[in-house]
Amino acid sequence: MRNARYTKANMMGEEIRPIMVTVRESEETLEAPSAPAVTVEHLNAYYGTFRALNDVSLEIRARSVTAVIGPSGCGKSTLVRCINRMHEVAPGASASGRVLVSGEDIYAPDSDPVQVRRHIGMVFQKPNPFPMMSVWQNVVAGLRLEGISDKKRLEEVAERSLRKAALWDEVKDKLHMSGAALSGGQQQRLCIARAIAMEPEVLLMDEPCSALDPVATIKIEDLIRELRESFTIIIVTHNMQQAARVSDRTAFMLMDEERAGQLIEYGSTAQIFTNPQDKRTEGYITGRFG
Amino acid sequence: MATQATTVAPKLFTRQSIRGQQRSRQLVDKLMTGLITTCAALAVAMLLFILVYVIIRGAPALNFAFFTERPLPMGEVGGGVAPAIIGTLLIMGAAALMGVPVGIGTAIYLAEYGRGRFATIVRFVIDLIAGVPSIVVGVFVWALLVRQVIGHFSGFAGSVALAIIMIPIVTRTVEEVLRLVPDMYREASLALGVPQWKTIIAIVLPTAKSGVITGVVLSMARAGGETAPLLLTALGNQFFSFDLFQPMAALPVQIYNYAVSPYDDWHTKAWGAALILIMVVGLLSFITRQVTRGRGLGGR
Repeated sequence: MRNARYTKANMMGEEIRPIMVTVRESEETLEAPSAPAVTVEHLNAYYGTFRALNDVSLEIRARSVTAVIGPSGCGKSTLVRCINRMHEVAPGASASGRVLVSGEDIYAPDSDPVQVRRHIGMVFQKPNPFPMMSVWQNVVAGLRLEGISDKKRLEEVAERSLRKAALWDEVKDKLHMSGAALSGGQQQRLCIARAIAMEPEVLLMDEPCSALDPVATIKIEDLIRELRESFTIIIVTHNMQQAARVSDRTAFMLMDEERAGQLIEYGSTAQIFTNPQDKRTEGYITGRFG
Repeated sequence: MATQATTVAPKLFTRQSIRGQQRSRQLVDKLMTGLITTCAALAVAMLLFILVYVIIRGAPALNFAFFTERPLPMGEVGGGVAPAIIGTLLIMGAAALMGVPVGIGTAIYLAEYGRGRFATIVRFVIDLIAGVPSIVVGVFVWALLVRQVIGHFSGFAGSVALAIIMIPIVTRTVEEVLRLVPDMYREASLALGVPQWKTIIAIVLPTAKSGVITGVVLSMARAGGETAPLLLTALGNQFFSFDLFQPMAALPVQIYNYAVSPYDDWHTKAWGAALILIMVVGLLSFITRQVTRGRGLGGR
């Protein structure tokens, strides 16, 4: 309920500036020490010869929501795409540095990108359920493509994942309908269900609400707060209010002079929004630029 | 639509000049709409005309014997084109078995993997083959298979010729539809930890399925009507033959032989065979669509 004010304001299209942040949790629970789930060390990412990320290092805590904010083109998406090695899918793209997930370097020479992606889920900007598959087939697509055909197990996983994605009640009667027949918000939750069906250690979300209307956005945000109990979530967002609403920690990124993305400031969401240490962070969150 | 616009417009725009502009714009709109509708009607009319005319001229030749018996020597009444029907099905079946996988494989290479020089060369060569007249393909296969490797005319040589004609058609249409599959589905699949080859087979191809089938059917229809390469390779056969490595009858060849004869009865038979060829091609595309129906990953 603590977000009701923002919710309403957002839905009515009002601007809140400077952003007032209600701290989501008490500071102690936020700062409770836990082993980092993801450690990024001196990460550089390239598209051909163009450097998109400049020496980014940060630690992501397990079972928490980390928001990555910053203006367009600052490398937010590139950063999360490096965490499941989707970055290198683009022609000519490459990365250097270390990314440790549960202590293992996913960029080690013997690391298999397919296995990395198997354990790190991703939700994209545009809802992308497979168009020729039903709702049910979409949820278990990853498992079936892995060769699992035990119907009972698949049905269990499908129901559990759909419940976790807060979609079960809405689709339980249309499991055999095409996934494309759902609304945009439902499609995005279907994609979340599809990702968590693989029981990933980390769930990456690349602007998951940017193609959705405000009501669907709120549903996804509620869902993110629930999923935080089971997954380590990293969410890229354009929307600062959204970062303030859903995240425990926030990373702020900017382009440097050569247009490469840099991590400017990283801390608890409350601190970033109420007491930014860097002038540029302050400028961005108060809406002076970006 | 148009009536709606004229009743609403005066309320919104009262100035004379604007109304004048609107009137001329509506006139042009009607004119152009009429023009393109005429084009569409013309295309459909041509197709219907061909179909109706072939039916009118060919139907008198059709009877049970025409479908089941072999052709008789000139002067004898009756007989049919059964060996040619069988030959066409066998030759086209073998051609599809060779041409479709190669064509789809090439298309996958070009759309999903091919970058740089080699892909450019492949694309260029495919375009080149597509531009080669079919009789030249026939001459090539004749020189290679009929003269050298096999040593005589055969249905198989005809299949090879037809496969060569099919490959560029399949490749270009399938490559085109694979490119139409949005990258977001490939990314969704890769991000689930699905290897690229599996992503292509289980996600990309099924998503593009109807386009892929259209390409295959199109190529079969095109190859099914080819006469020149078959004259030089399969030759034709007045007797029943199921052996692909012997000379084999085929409908286009049969039509040709009947059509160039001086006998009215044979001319009617040529029309009848043409009607059957249309039916065979239609049937093949129908079967292809039926066989490949259903969702990519199968039912639940």
